[in-house]
Amino acid sequence: MSMSRPQQLVNISEEHFLYLQERKKYRFRVILGRIVLLAALLALWEIAGNLRWIDPFITSQPSRIIKTLALLHSEGALYQHIGITVLETVAGFILGTIGGTCIAIALWWSKFLSDVLDPYLVILNSLPKIALGPILIVWIGNGPPAIIAMALLISLIVAVLGVYSGFVQVEPEKIRLLQAFGASKGQVLQMVILPASIPTIISALKINVGLSWVGVIVGEFLVSRAGLGYLIVYGGQVFRLDLVMTSVIILAAAAALMYQAVVLLEKHLSRQ
Amino acid sequence: MKGASSLKPVPLVEVKNLTVKYQSPEGEITALKNLSLEVGKGEFIGIVGPSGCGKSTLLNVIAGLITTYTGEVLICGKAVRRGTRMVGYMPQSDQLFEWRTIWKNVLLGLEVQNNLNERTKSFAWKLLENYGLADFAHAYPRQLSGGMRQRAALIRTLAVDPEILLLDEAFSALDYQTRLIVADEVKQIIARENKTAILVTHDIAEAISMSDKVVVLTKRPGSIKSIHNIELTCSEKTPLKSREAPEFRLYFNSIWKELDVHV
Repeated sequence: MSMSRPQQLVNISEEHFLYLQERKKYRFRVILGRIVLLAALLALWEIAGNLRWIDPFITSQPSRIIKTLALLHSEGALYQHIGITVLETVAGFILGTIGGTCIAIALWWSKFLSDVLDPYLVILNSLPKIALGPILIVWIGNGPPAIIAMALLISLIVAVLGVYSGFVQVEPEKIRLLQAFGASKGQVLQMVILPASIPTIISALKINVGLSWVGVIVGEFLVSRAGLGYLIVYGGQVFRLDLVMTSVIILAAAAALMYQAVVLLEKHLSRQ
Repeated sequence: MKGASSLKPVPLVEVKNLTVKYQSPEGEITALKNLSLEVGKGEFIGIVGPSGCGKSTLLNVIAGLITTYTGEVLICGKAVRRGTRMVGYMPQSDQLFEWRTIWKNVLLGLEVQNNLNERTKSFAWKLLENYGLADFAHAYPRQLSGGMRQRAALIRTLAVDPEILLLDEAFSALDYQTRLIVADEVKQIIARENKTAILVTHDIAEAISMSDKVVVLTKRPGSIKSIHNIELTCSEKTPLKSREAPEFRLYFNSIWKELDVHV
């Protein structure tokens, strides 16, 4: 690589070289802009608190968040809370995706089934699933299973509709080609419908990551005694806004990491 | 001792009194009505007709993709059924699967028919070699030019060794120049492999330049209006050279008139 780089630079025209440099500079400026924005916001927050423009007791402060993080770290409870929430989210996400894909396959397989279920799916899709929270608690109990069920409930219908719409968008000519070779319905599913729908399934996954977090946090608000959602609710109740802010920031970081994991999966799949 | 059978050979494809109707809530559409056609072994038949006259319907019936019709459709004397292995279907545009390499695309039909073995694989590989795609076997379709993709699609069809090739507006997605070259290549490959072919097209010139016979269909409900035996005096019988033959324009004009196009 390092050997070929100067060679490339020799071969390109002056204009192209300038263009590439300009591009590099621009991208550098974008990254710099992002960092400056974050630093400025944090500094403003900190200074505003110190100068009493805002009350740090209510708004917290970057320095207080770092202290809270250190405290939670030394207590050792931090990782348990993060672990529980991440585990619940991953479980809800995976179940929602697998379940959604299986139901989408069933709908694709049987036109009758998809016609019968159509109005139910529309209603379930528009219903705010959070309203079902109390029912889940009564039915499943006060604990992680109810929280996972909440995450599953929120992501499942969206997954079904997303994946199914991918299935029905596959070019009919591709299906006809396989049928002309004598393909069975199972072969059509396996050889064209599923592989052609991978981009749609991936974008359904991306939506599902976010929805699973919503489900888990709502579930933890309602029932739990552990997890980041619990920390947020608890912090609010005892008026420890430092704890709330810290939990929210950890949550943001964890959600971003999980989203990146799906993006990596997408890159891996599209390279094949 | 050339018996009666060689004087009147059994046609490879026989279509007798074929009528196809489509049902919809708005009513019934008769796509083809009492259509009869015979295709001999090794023939190249071009089918033209006004748009919506049921050209593609006819191909779909012969391919075994449409099974509700009245009349008879026989290949080698046997009624076609769904999944018949006698026909190779070439859809509009190449429809190569982007997630498969060229080699895997070529093996698609064999895979569907559970017929992957050393013999069929080496046959498919031979086709790739003969038609200049062996070097691209492990490339993905997006890395190939339009013409090469079309050749790969043809090899995919030939790999299952069908008796008859059905080309459904197969070149319509290509730009004009590529289209002429691809038509040349396809015609040569089909001749070399000794296959029978039915080409459905809306391009009169393409039909005349490639076919031994051009069948003109009527407006919907489609039936046969006329059949032209194409005899061109030219040095090489390739689609590109055919267009220079003096008779080419005459065929073109008479078919054009029969199609009776009103815009």
